[in-house]
Amino acid sequence: MTRLSPAFARAAAEHRAALVTFVTAGDGPTSAILDALVEGGADVIELGLPFTDPMADGPAIQRANLRSLGAGTRTADILKIAADFRQRHPDVPLVLMGYANTMTRPDPCTFAGRAAEAGVDGLICVDIPPEQADELQHCRAAGLDVIRLATPTTDAARLPAVLEGASGFLYYVSVAGITGLQQAAQASIEDAVTRLKAATDLPVAVGFGVRTPEQAAAIGRVADGVVVGSAIVELVEKHGPDAPQPVRAYIESLASALAGARKEIAA
Amino acid sequence: MNAPNSFRTQPDDRGHFGAFGGRYVAETLMPLILDLEREYRAARADPSFQAEFDDLMKNYVGRPSPLYFAERLTAELRQGAEPGKGAKVYFKREELNHTGAHKINNCIGQILLARRMGKTRIIAETGAGQHGVATATVAARFGLPCTIFMGAKDVERQKPNVFRMKLLGAEVHPVTSGAETLKDAMNEAMRDWVANVHDTFYIIGTAAGPHPYPELVRDFQSVIGTEARAQMLEAEGRLPDMLIAAVGGGSNAIGLFHPFLDDADVQMIGVEAAGHGVDTGKHAASLTGGASGILHGNKTYLLQDEDGQITEAHSISAGLDYPGIGPEHSWLHEIGRVKYLPITDDQALDAFQQCCRLEGIIPALESAHALAALPEVVRSMRDDQIVLVNVSGRGDKDIFTVAEALGVEM
Repeated sequence: MTRLSPAFARAAAEHRAALVTFVTAGDGPTSAILDALVEGGADVIELGLPFTDPMADGPAIQRANLRSLGAGTRTADILKIAADFRQRHPDVPLVLMGYANTMTRPDPCTFAGRAAEAGVDGLICVDIPPEQADELQHCRAAGLDVIRLATPTTDAARLPAVLEGASGFLYYVSVAGITGLQQAAQASIEDAVTRLKAATDLPVAVGFGVRTPEQAAAIGRVADGVVVGSAIVELVEKHGPDAPQPVRAYIESLASALAGARKEIAA
Repeated sequence: MNAPNSFRTQPDDRGHFGAFGGRYVAETLMPLILDLEREYRAARADPSFQAEFDDLMKNYVGRPSPLYFAERLTAELRQGAEPGKGAKVYFKREELNHTGAHKINNCIGQILLARRMGKTRIIAETGAGQHGVATATVAARFGLPCTIFMGAKDVERQKPNVFRMKLLGAEVHPVTSGAETLKDAMNEAMRDWVANVHDTFYIIGTAAGPHPYPELVRDFQSVIGTEARAQMLEAEGRLPDMLIAAVGGGSNAIGLFHPFLDDADVQMIGVEAAGHGVDTGKHAASLTGGASGILHGNKTYLLQDEDGQITEAHSISAGLDYPGIGPEHSWLHEIGRVKYLPITDDQALDAFQQCCRLEGIIPALESAHALAALPEVVRSMRDDQIVLVNVSGRGDKDIFTVAEALGVEM
């Protein structure tokens, strides 16, 4: 078992949703930003593996990818960042998120092995749907979780295929679209989470378009996790080398909103 | 390696051509991709779909395109050959199609599918603008709104085609991300598609992308090879010995090759764009200078670095300026059924001018790459043998590029 299940279980025991945070590796002072995420109260870290052609990402993360690659970031640098993070934070789950072409280099088995060795807990690969799952078959042997994505277009007939072989948590992409642009209607998120939770025991984390503590709290009332990405990446873009401080403050605001979210209902 | 019983039975039911192809897309798109596959199977089994396609090919596109004996080019190439050598050269005249290239064949097929699926909005990517113009054309013909994604650099380089698309009623969306060329236009088209899956049909311009696109684009383009086969039998009473076509994504090449793949005596050469030369790093030869990887929905040969980051392609021909290739070509390359040959910008420019002078045909720079392979191939063959080249498009769009390359002020 990786660090993911215990992290979601801890949050559940505290009657709150887990805070899942994304940042693009190699954009800004990544190690210090990762520390700021943890200090601010993030439960799970998604470390974005930059790619030249981030087809599923909106403008903010596209720019972050290009800044990182423009600064010369290599996969080996990112695995080093992960390994160093693991030294500093033995219990905080860290997953790599990115695209198939960089996650299967030099071959899928070697990549999975290197990621596991660096203390990574799982992979989220945006463009490997269940139909191509064999690309990630080495992950399980390496001890990595394969986190699957469900979307508004994933219907009931298809859901079992998405869940087959999924582990760690289920990432519900709440809008049919790219990262960071708009947020789905709360009612549709609630319906989807209910449907997904009926179909799996995995924690369900909801992302895409979540920005404000209020939005996070609303989702945190129904979902096991709330994913925030583009808003963090935009802070890194704005503050560059000075990003850790504002990132930490922002994460604190989200964490505190999640901590209080379910109490408001109870009260 | 054991040869398969047939080279024409790919892809498998998961969309794989050997180790290539597949469906590497975001989950949001998967249900739509599966729908498209179902609808395509139904359309193929539906005689009325084929009848409508055939009718448009004949009366709107102007098919069949002629098979033409390039007599003066043949004579010129024979001059440099040893006695008894120098094959006869034929052209398949795809440049005579409506909109000036083979691209329209595929666009007609896909817009008929879009209508069948009840989609009400069309999107497409374009590099040089040829596929954009062909897509805007069919969108106008069928009264569907259409958005074309085009790299901002290409918008600047290809102003005449941008204006053509606008005349045809399309919205041209300049893409400012990445290197602002074809691959970035494709990324942006996919981003639009993922956000508009409910009503939008993406007309992909080449035999690449997630399954079933490589298969259906090939099938729609196979009209080229099917016609050429019949025309050659009529003209010469036999099949050609050699087929040559340029390969960017590879739709005109696969369209010509596929109907001949099981004719063991027909050899084939796909010409890749070698830009300034494959060893310079400034080229678009994915097979010669790339490695297997995953991009834009399929596994195929790509120009990339060790980490899997995609590197920029270069070719004087905007239509070949793409860092990947259709997955079926990757397979045909690996099993050795088709030979792939790199041709540089300079070689293509020479062939372009030669074709203008000797045949009175201004070929597209893409097609000029195929023509540039002729001298060596023709002179290595006997004079009773036949080479068929696909002149996939006309070169009116390229005259500014060629003038600049030749140092001519216009």
